[in-house]
Amino acid sequence: MAKLNVNPTRMELRRLKNRLKTAVRGHKLLKDKSDEMVRRFMLYIRENKRLREEVEGELQASLSSFMLARATSSDAVIEEAVAMPATSVKLGVSSKNIMSVDVPVFDIKEGDVSELYPYSFAGVTSELDTSIASLSKLLPKLLKLAEVEKTCNMLADEIEKNRRRVNALEYVMIPQLEETIKYITMKLDENERGATTRLMKVKSMLEERKDGDK
Amino acid sequence: MSMREGLIAVVGDKDSVLAFKALGVDVYPVDNEEEAKDRVHMLARTHSVIFVTEQVAQWAAMYLKRYSVRPYPVVVPIPSASGGAGLGLAGIKANVEKAIGADILFDKEDK
Repeated sequence: MAKLNVNPTRMELRRLKNRLKTAVRGHKLLKDKSDEMVRRFMLYIRENKRLREEVEGELQASLSSFMLARATSSDAVIEEAVAMPATSVKLGVSSKNIMSVDVPVFDIKEGDVSELYPYSFAGVTSELDTSIASLSKLLPKLLKLAEVEKTCNMLADEIEKNRRRVNALEYVMIPQLEETIKYITMKLDENERGATTRLMKVKSMLEERKDGDK
Repeated sequence: MSMREGLIAVVGDKDSVLAFKALGVDVYPVDNEEEAKDRVHMLARTHSVIFVTEQVAQWAAMYLKRYSVRPYPVVVPIPSASGGAGLGLAGIKANVEKAIGADILFDKEDK
C-alpha cells in the first residue's frame, strides 16, 4: 500500500492521526448502516418474492380467462364492455425514508366496489365477469408488489453503494493513513536519533581537542 | 411528489392490457419497440405506477434503469397473457445478488 505524499513533520502527523480517527469512525458507522440495511432488505425481499409468485400465478389465470371471454364474444363487444370503466382506483402516493433511502409508499383507496362490472350482463359471457372480478381483487396485491419491489430495488442499489464506501475506507484509506503515520513516526524518530548521535560526536570531538591542547 | 396524483398505467400488448381497462386504470396498448419506449417515457412524467409486460420492460430497459434511482415512477414488469419469461423473479434474484453478494434466497427455498 502506497503511503501518502506528505512531509514528515509533526504537524502533518497530528493532522493524519485526526484523519485516521475520523476514517475509522466513519467506517464503523457505515458498516453498521450496511448491516441494518441488509437486515431490512432481507425482510422486504422475502415479501417481494412471495408476492411476485402469487401475483404472477393469479394474473396469468385472470388474463387467460379474459382471453377466453374474448374468444367467445366478438372483439367489438368486449371493447365496448370495458370501454367505460365503472370504478376508478385512487392511489395516494408518498414516500418514506428507510435508512436514508427514499422509497415509495402507496395508500390504496378502494373505489366504489358495488359497480364492478361496467357493462350489461346480457351482452357478454360469464368468463368476462370472472376475469374482471379476479383482476380487480388482484389489483391491491399488484400495487403492494410494486411498492415492495421498488423498495427492494432501491435498497439493493444503496447497499451496493454503501459497500463500496466501506471497502474504500477499509482497504484503501485506512491502510494508507496508517502507513503514512508509521512512516512519519519512523522518520521523526530517525531524525531524533541522528541529532543525538551528532551531539555525542560533537561532544567527543570537543573533548579530544581539549585533551590535545593540554 | 405532489404533482403526481397516484395514477396507474398499464403498457403492453393488447391481449394483456385490455382487461385492466375495466378496473379504471389507464391502458396503453403498444405493438413495437419505438411505441413502447415513447409511451413509457411519457407516462413516467404523469403516472406513479406503470405496469409493463415483460416484453415492454425489455424494450424500454434503458428508461427503466433511469427510473430505478428515484422513488417515482414505479415500473413493475408483469407477465403477459401469453405467459411470462420469469423476468420479475430474475429481477428479485439480481437484487439479492447485488445486495448480499450471493443468492441465498433462491438456493434455500427452491429445493
